[in-house]
Amino acid sequence: MRSPDEQTAQWLAALGGSGSAREQAVERLHELLLRVARAELGRRAGRHSITGPELDDLAYQSADDALLAITTKLGEFRGESRFTTWAYKFVVLEVSSKLGRHFWQRPAVTLGTADWERLPDRFGVSPADHAERQDLIAAVRRAVEQELTERQRQVFVAIVVDGIPLDALVARLGASRNSLYKMMFDARRKLRAALAANGYLTASAEEAAPDHIMRGER
Amino acid sequence: MTGWDELDRFLQTDPRDVGCEQALRILHIYVEAVLDDKTGAEAARRYPGVEAHLLSCGPCADDYEGLLLAARPDPA
Repeated sequence: MRSPDEQTAQWLAALGGSGSAREQAVERLHELLLRVARAELGRRAGRHSITGPELDDLAYQSADDALLAITTKLGEFRGESRFTTWAYKFVVLEVSSKLGRHFWQRPAVTLGTADWERLPDRFGVSPADHAERQDLIAAVRRAVEQELTERQRQVFVAIVVDGIPLDALVARLGASRNSLYKMMFDARRKLRAALAANGYLTASAEEAAPDHIMRGER
Repeated sequence: MTGWDELDRFLQTDPRDVGCEQALRILHIYVEAVLDDKTGAEAARRYPGVEAHLLSCGPCADDYEGLLLAARPDPA
């Protein structure tokens, strides 16, 4: 662990103390977290439709929840970065999580519609290229149905076909971002291997090599 | 680039990818390594699994961008 910089040492002393010095530090930290939350919601403005008082309310909620997490977990800070960088991570993650939950307040959004005709749009295939669109839909749909588990299929279709953001799916399914990402990671690998085996994609060295070569056996 | 190329790029996985949990655990350290180095090359060398993850995971890459902006020192 490196020695904390001067500002980090001051934050830790104030937040770990008591009385008015701690209260002032908490207040100052909340101001900083609120500023980051507002900036982050502004940066992501093109991907949500929240404005006005509701937007500011979301910024306050993010700052409040991040502050609570930071003060609770202060003992876990190991001095591997500036204190503020560590603290800002909490509020950035709160903004992501809250936007994920807010996604479902859009009236037009439903889970499980699975409109496969939209799949080619996700990969930039022109509406005019009818043959490529139909080939891609048929190949991917077949691989999804034959290669993926029920849960992998549900997550893949929601994210890739329906276009549901991962954090919104996290909020809806009550899963962690990590677990859904890993599910998608495994699904992507399986689908790529299946599409390569059927000649749609070029096999990677790993997919092309017999198992005994990949294991280093002779 | 055709739709098949885009699909192929999306389906590619990197075995070094550490996943969201590990990447987010050290995201603040990774961000400061990027800020210290400007190009991010040293951060990528020290944390290849995090770099691989951020190239593949949109939500974590978004959090990384946000934290990078927040942690950047204010111009004097």
